[in-house]
Amino acid sequence: MSLSHFDHYAPATLEEVFSLLQSKGPGARVMAGGTDLLLKIRHGALKPKYIIGLKNIRGLKTISFDASAGLTIGATALLAEVARHPDIVKHYPTIAQAARGTANPQIRNMGTVIGNLCNASPAADNAPTLLAMDAQIRIRGPEGERVLPLDQFFKGPGVTALVPLEIVTAVHVPAPPPNTGTAYLSLSARGKMDCTAVGVATMVTMTGKTCAGVRLFVGACGPVPLRAPKAEDILRGQELTEEVVEKAGTQASAESRPISDMRASGDYRTEMVAVLTRRVLREAHHRALAC
Amino acid sequence: MKQVITLNVNGAPYAVAVYPSQTLNEVLREELNLTGVKLGCGSGDCGACTVLVDGLAVSSCLSLAVDMEGKAITTVEGLAPSGEVLHPIQESFIEKGAIQCGFCTAGMEMSAFHLLKYNPSPTEAEIKEAISGNLCRCTGYVKIIEAIADAGHKMANTGGETS
Ligand SMILES: Cc1cc2nc3c(=O)[nH]c(=O)nc-3n(C[C@H](O)[C@H](O)[C@H](O)COP(=O)(O)OP(=O)(O)OC[C@H]3O[C@@H](n4cnc5c(N)ncnc54)[C@H](O)[C@@H]3O)c2cc1C
Ligand code: FES
Ligand code: FES
Repeated sequence: MSLSHFDHYAPATLEEVFSLLQSKGPGARVMAGGTDLLLKIRHGALKPKYIIGLKNIRGLKTISFDASAGLTIGATALLAEVARHPDIVKHYPTIAQAARGTANPQIRNMGTVIGNLCNASPAADNAPTLLAMDAQIRIRGPEGERVLPLDQFFKGPGVTALVPLEIVTAVHVPAPPPNTGTAYLSLSARGKMDCTAVGVATMVTMTGKTCAGVRLFVGACGPVPLRAPKAEDILRGQELTEEVVEKAGTQASAESRPISDMRASGDYRTEMVAVLTRRVLREAHHRALAC
Repeated sequence: MKQVITLNVNGAPYAVAVYPSQTLNEVLREELNLTGVKLGCGSGDCGACTVLVDGLAVSSCLSLAVDMEGKAITTVEGLAPSGEVLHPIQESFIEKGAIQCGFCTAGMEMSAFHLLKYNPSPTEAEIKEAISGNLCRCTGYVKIIEAIADAGHKMANTGGETS
């Protein structure tokens, strides 16, 4: 059960991380909680020569919230910390719910939200909600910082927009506009023990009875979490009647590109995208009207 | 190359030479002979390897020993340091018949310990959530849930932890 050998570094500053990444070359890998990385090493899918732990870097664990600036989740903030953070529970309940629904208590005490994003699994449970809430990812490299909308971050299964020597320092979520509701629902074969087979998240903003803004993302039904722009078009500017919601579900399902694998068949996923889309829309709509 | 680290386990410091690639589970079991810590799946799924690190329940099979320098580790052996007087959680597991083959027990008890430290009177739903990362192939969980609730009563009555 042993892991293939690697050297391990636990630098205290980002500067040291960049100089290590530079000097060690492509055999080096950064690690947050290690719950994805060490598992891949155990299965022989990855054999890094050097692991650079991020957990000792000062300031990277911070979760900060400001009513106008929004929410920032640092790279080493644990899933468990995000799940129970009072400001996140109050102002971003769906982000807390997605973190709480990831893995099991032990893994949530080790793994991070950013690790979940950087691992870039199409099924990553924290991605759809953050995408729906128009999150931005903060990237640092030796040259400085760049900020990327999260919907430009995922490039394929396990592939992100990061270039060599870059790491993610935080994810930022703007303060949602007034009268906004969010929801995320996912299905898997055996509850939390299995990876998500279909997940749908949405953010709905209402002006009176009209849907003024909507973002809708489907997880685990394509090479990356997918946006459903045509389904959004059906909703935008409309009253969210059962008929409109029904139509949007059908459209979201037409826009998804699921494969069949051990977790679910493509046909089942296609059906479930429609069902979950309708459910999250009703839930987010309801929440938007309640606030 | 091996490096020497100091692990603080169940209140005592141990200097051990470890490879950076060794998991906490390997070092606890093979270097420190703390075989109460089990290795089941080795992939974070079963919870048999659960220990507390700075008060948090984690899977020792997916933790690196080198990351544990300066942290307080508690294993099931730490629940009953004398080896004779058992912790209320352990007593309740025995009294309620929550143990069959026993392979999951140490991990279950560590998850229970983690829960009851913060919440001595959990609801049944909270107990189920707390052990949702611990698999048991024998008992069907009912008696484990009863045992944890019972241990919570005992610990509340004695004013908390005994160790
Ligand atoms: C038993 C079990 C159950 C699980 N259940 C779920 C589940 O229900 N839903 C789900 O979505 N996932 C699940 N996972 C997967 C995993 O736990 C999550 O993806 C977790 O959030 C990963 O975080 P981490 O900090 O452990 O990442 P790591 O393993 O530390 O990192 C993951 C990847 O991202 C890279 N990386 C990490 N941080 C950075 C950074 N700051 N900058 C650049 N690259 C970085 C690493 O190099 C690595 O390639 C499960 C895993 C296990 C073992
Ligand atoms: S052995 Fe660690 S979770 Fe199964
Ligand atoms: S008692 Fe046998 S696995 Fe739980």
